[in-house]
Amino acid sequence: MSLTTAHSVVAPSSNSKRIAGVLVVGYALISIVPLLWIFATSFKTPPDSIAYPPKIVFQPSIEGYCNLFTTRTRQTPEYINSLGPATGFCDETVRKRNMVIAGPSNFLPRFVNSLIIAFGSTFCAVFLGTLSAYGFSRFKVPLADDLLFFILSTRFMPPIAVAIPIYLMYRELGLSDTALGMILLYTAVNVSLAVWLLKGFIDEIPREYEEAAMIDGYTRLQAFWRTVLPQATTGIAATAIFCLIFAWNEYAFAALLTSGTAQTAPPFIPTIIGEGGQDWPAVAAGTTIFLVPILVFTILLRKQLLRGITFGAVRK
Amino acid sequence: MLNRTADNVARATPEPLAKKIRGISDKGLAWLFISPTILLLLAINIFPLFWAIYLSFTNYRANRPNEVVKNLGLANYRRILGDQDVWIAMQTTAHFVFWTILLQTVIGFTLAWLIDRKFRGHAFWTTIILVPMMLSPAVVGNFWRFLYEPQIGLFSYVISFVTGIPPTNVQMLSNVELAPWAIIIVDTWMWTPYVMLICLAGLRSIPEYIYEAAEVDRASNWRQFWSITLPMALPFIMLAVLFRGIENFKMFDMVNLLTGGGPGSTTEVASITLKRQAFESWRTGYSSAFAIILFVAVFGLANIYVKALNKVKQR
Repeated sequence: MSLTTAHSVVAPSSNSKRIAGVLVVGYALISIVPLLWIFATSFKTPPDSIAYPPKIVFQPSIEGYCNLFTTRTRQTPEYINSLGPATGFCDETVRKRNMVIAGPSNFLPRFVNSLIIAFGSTFCAVFLGTLSAYGFSRFKVPLADDLLFFILSTRFMPPIAVAIPIYLMYRELGLSDTALGMILLYTAVNVSLAVWLLKGFIDEIPREYEEAAMIDGYTRLQAFWRTVLPQATTGIAATAIFCLIFAWNEYAFAALLTSGTAQTAPPFIPTIIGEGGQDWPAVAAGTTIFLVPILVFTILLRKQLLRGITFGAVRK
Repeated sequence: MLNRTADNVARATPEPLAKKIRGISDKGLAWLFISPTILLLLAINIFPLFWAIYLSFTNYRANRPNEVVKNLGLANYRRILGDQDVWIAMQTTAHFVFWTILLQTVIGFTLAWLIDRKFRGHAFWTTIILVPMMLSPAVVGNFWRFLYEPQIGLFSYVISFVTGIPPTNVQMLSNVELAPWAIIIVDTWMWTPYVMLICLAGLRSIPEYIYEAAEVDRASNWRQFWSITLPMALPFIMLAVLFRGIENFKMFDMVNLLTGGGPGSTTEVASITLKRQAFESWRTGYSSAFAIILFVAVFGLANIYVKALNKVKQR
């Protein structure tokens, strides 16, 4: 910020640009270190992961991934020698630590639960949200502003406060620890986001398109199907991804309302333990697998991100 | 492409149903479209809320469903407002909300202001910076426990390397003084990009001709910043602050995984107290009353938020 050199604000001086660039890149690099560390740790052996000083250069291993997907038991060397030849890399690695693979771990079922619940609730929330958003956007709904505020306000309840009565209600209805129960709950949470975002997107589609279609003899509903929905595709896709990310990342409800069959990955990953404490390479492996879909979606979404995180209040 | 989608959809609608729906008026259609959402929210949000209000006047315990439920009137509310631990938890929450918002706003706005210089590659680096906020606070927060581990954790190692403190003494999560800051650091790392993104939108909404006019008037850069940039970006900053305020007031995931409220109760924010009362001590009636009090507080914040949101929209 030199005050002596006159420069146009429209194009900041190259010097100030350079300093800004260095500072921003510096921040970006530091902020990405924890994520790189997760990725690196997932390819370390357990002893390497807890070495002092922390190892930046190490011999990569997929032991963390082996441990993530299996449960193992410790055996005597005699017993291990009496077994046939090891089948596959994981078997071999595990035997080197005087253990044998006892069976698959719970990670895969938990991951599948996350997929089912995230996609199921996203579908429901976007379906309901699209209908409501169209209703609010095109028709005179009495008390529309109050209803919209009511829909949004449900989002402001602390999850733990909501979880107490939901826990009791689900216990009565037999929905505790079921995928259906979680899908209903996440749909209810996400539908507020879906309505607000989609109303913004549909508001942007000119009414003239539908009116023209209706003059051509379409009914209101046909006009909705044939002109509004196709034009709202981008908005619907962006909304769906936001709902998906929320349901995928959610922890509080999942931790309190699921324990076994319907448990999702976020409450499961912190419970992965090895001998003598947390098995960090396995935790890192689970975290990596869990985060990759979100990274892809973030890149796909980057143009719509601002809109999504502000409930459609700020548009670029 | 778009036409084909529409055709398929139209063909997929069964004819008798379509005929029936064709007869519906606009008003009927509006309610047909809106009511499923309202019904779902009534069932999953409002009905449980009323149930919680009812429970908050009782001594009900979820782990003893067969016990006779006694009506306590306002006793639970009176007990909460007189409970020392609750006030301490509220103070812990306030401390957490204050510092995270302050740090995130200052760092986030500065970053946005720097990115707005539009140096080469700024779009790529902006995307990199945005990544942490999209990730699961629980899953990533859990991994920070490893980074904070004394000696073997990367964070503790870097701190001891820079400051010269013996590596076993950097106890971020078990030291009473440091534990609240450990949580503030992770939250700031995660949510600064959020504030940055909204501030960036604010900075980009300022029309260039205002700066050109200021340049003609020979206003210094400093003056331009205080008289143009900051006031015009302010509604956006406020929006970010309110969003983060509400979210952090509810904070549960990260605290639960990083410290679980400990050591002792030094990081016990309101949500953790609520969880301990409701799901560990099973004082369902008491915790319902606490939940209602928290909800009223958040609802108040939400009202302010919506007003500010409308102000931003009007611009």
